[in-house]
Amino acid sequence: MIENNRALAIFAHIILVLGVATIAFPLYYAFVGASLPIEEVLQVPMPLVPGDRLIENMAAAWDKGSFGRQLVNSAIMASVIAGGKIAISLLSAFAITYFRFPFRTAAFWAIFVTLMLPIEVRIVPTYEVAANALAPLAWLLQVTGIDGLLGGRLTANLQWSLLDSYVGLTLPLIASATATFLFRQFYLTIPDDLAEAAKIDGAGPMRFFRDVVLPLSTTNIAALAVILFVFGWNQYLWPLLITTDPSMTTVVVGVARLIPGPEPQPAWNVAMAGGLVALLPPVLVVLVMQHWFVKGLVDTEK
Amino acid sequence: MIGKKVVFRSRGLPLLLLAPQLLVILVFFFWPAGQAVFQAFHLADPFGQHFEYVGLENFTRLFNSPEYYDSLWATAVFSSGVAFLSLGAGLVLAAFVDHIRRGRMVYKSLVIWPYAVAPVLAGVLWLFLFHPIYGVVAFALERAGIGWNPLLDSNQAMALVVMAAAWKQVSYNFVFFLAGLQAIPRSVIEAAAIDGAGPLRRFLTIVLPLLTPTTFFLLVINLVYAFFDTFGIIHAVTHGGPGGATNILVYKVFADGFIGQDLGSSAAQSIVLMVIVVTLTVMQFRFLERKVHYA
Repeated sequence: MIENNRALAIFAHIILVLGVATIAFPLYYAFVGASLPIEEVLQVPMPLVPGDRLIENMAAAWDKGSFGRQLVNSAIMASVIAGGKIAISLLSAFAITYFRFPFRTAAFWAIFVTLMLPIEVRIVPTYEVAANALAPLAWLLQVTGIDGLLGGRLTANLQWSLLDSYVGLTLPLIASATATFLFRQFYLTIPDDLAEAAKIDGAGPMRFFRDVVLPLSTTNIAALAVILFVFGWNQYLWPLLITTDPSMTTVVVGVARLIPGPEPQPAWNVAMAGGLVALLPPVLVVLVMQHWFVKGLVDTEK
Repeated sequence: MIGKKVVFRSRGLPLLLLAPQLLVILVFFFWPAGQAVFQAFHLADPFGQHFEYVGLENFTRLFNSPEYYDSLWATAVFSSGVAFLSLGAGLVLAAFVDHIRRGRMVYKSLVIWPYAVAPVLAGVLWLFLFHPIYGVVAFALERAGIGWNPLLDSNQAMALVVMAAAWKQVSYNFVFFLAGLQAIPRSVIEAAAIDGAGPLRRFLTIVLPLLTPTTFFLLVINLVYAFFDTFGIIHAVTHGGPGGATNILVYKVFADGFIGQDLGSSAAQSIVLMVIVVTLTVMQFRFLERKVHYA
């Protein structure tokens, strides 16, 4: 038995309350700032009690940019990235685990290596390829001499810009080594008897995938979905680079543009109101889906 | 590589299933990475049309520029600060949550939410709180006789971005430390208690050593986070300033490539960053192997 130390328990609660309050304070301060009229937010010191202008300030932030559209863009980007990563990783992992074929190990390693190439590391060339996603194909045609045979007309016309488009916001971020590994690890735990039984019953691989593998994967899918949704929503560098049209960018980028500079009447209240709108959706997802979130976090690092 | 004993027979199907992932990887990962290597050894004309092979010139230029060393130093200070602060806070909070009986779920929820805040928004929140004119902290510090202006003072700027970045990462460390603490067998702790070891002694001599694998793993993860995921914080709060004091490597590669339009230098920096990621990833996997052996 461990001693029942009342003093220590009280001390623990004090430390925890202080810790939790410190963590929450920046958000509380932003909330107060977001609820004040501009004269009060610029007062030194700013009042620490919320005012009644929250809705007005949110509306002001809404009007300043294309906020409504940007929220929709963020939702699309986060869902497509989460859904896309899960879908293509489910399929890749299925191919790698349930088939024998030439270059199987090579495919696995090719996916693995992407772990070491975060977008920040290859930023300029990734932007260039987004400006023309067919550039690699054009290069291939030139190197192999196919283009020469056709008189060089083909490569000149191979132009597909992803800038300012939903495809550009999502497609380059949709590969996922982490999700592929997670599903592969999970597939390896599915008893072989199930595949054997499916084969005896005459089910093909895709039937087996749809009726057995997919239903068994739902917990893993849910856990990953939370993490990946947050990942997609919170992207900043990529949307900042490939969108120039304010109505095609995300709400996170939009809010960053609301940060006031050294101006006489910096609208911090509006910036904070916008910030709250932008951070609330992923925070709510994590809090509501807390169980899945923790599972996803721990699983993806195994 | 391990696979299934029972497999399906098909030649085309597995390739078809892999095609979406492989295509995205080829076009958006391997092609740009190859381009970065190519550009690192070439010099482009101002229009980016013609490339001249220059060997290691981009690298020698990079390693002869004092700004690059400043950036390396800023990155070292920033990442060790973030790792130290967020690991420490995460461990303390996890240890106390593990200790108490009531209210665990509430504390857990109140600690994990900052994970979901975008780095750039974390930067915006902290900038407002610590704003030299309008922030309440600046006001309190002025009252205490400390001049506070992170927009002009380099050390204060660094302190501010470290705090903002660490704040976001505490939740992650907390989740893993708590999982690690809950995996420690109750009997070990009880045995120590019976032998008369007090709570602090038990924590320092039993719990902490048993958490070493978790701590080492988290250290690597925190370094990766500080190196690569904090672009938004720098971009929102300091823009690398004042005077390059917070110009960490990921921010510099962006600034030189897009604002300075120096493709060769930016590509050479990309290569250096790749070497750093590869090193960190190898460290992480060496750790994983060890965990498998001793578990």
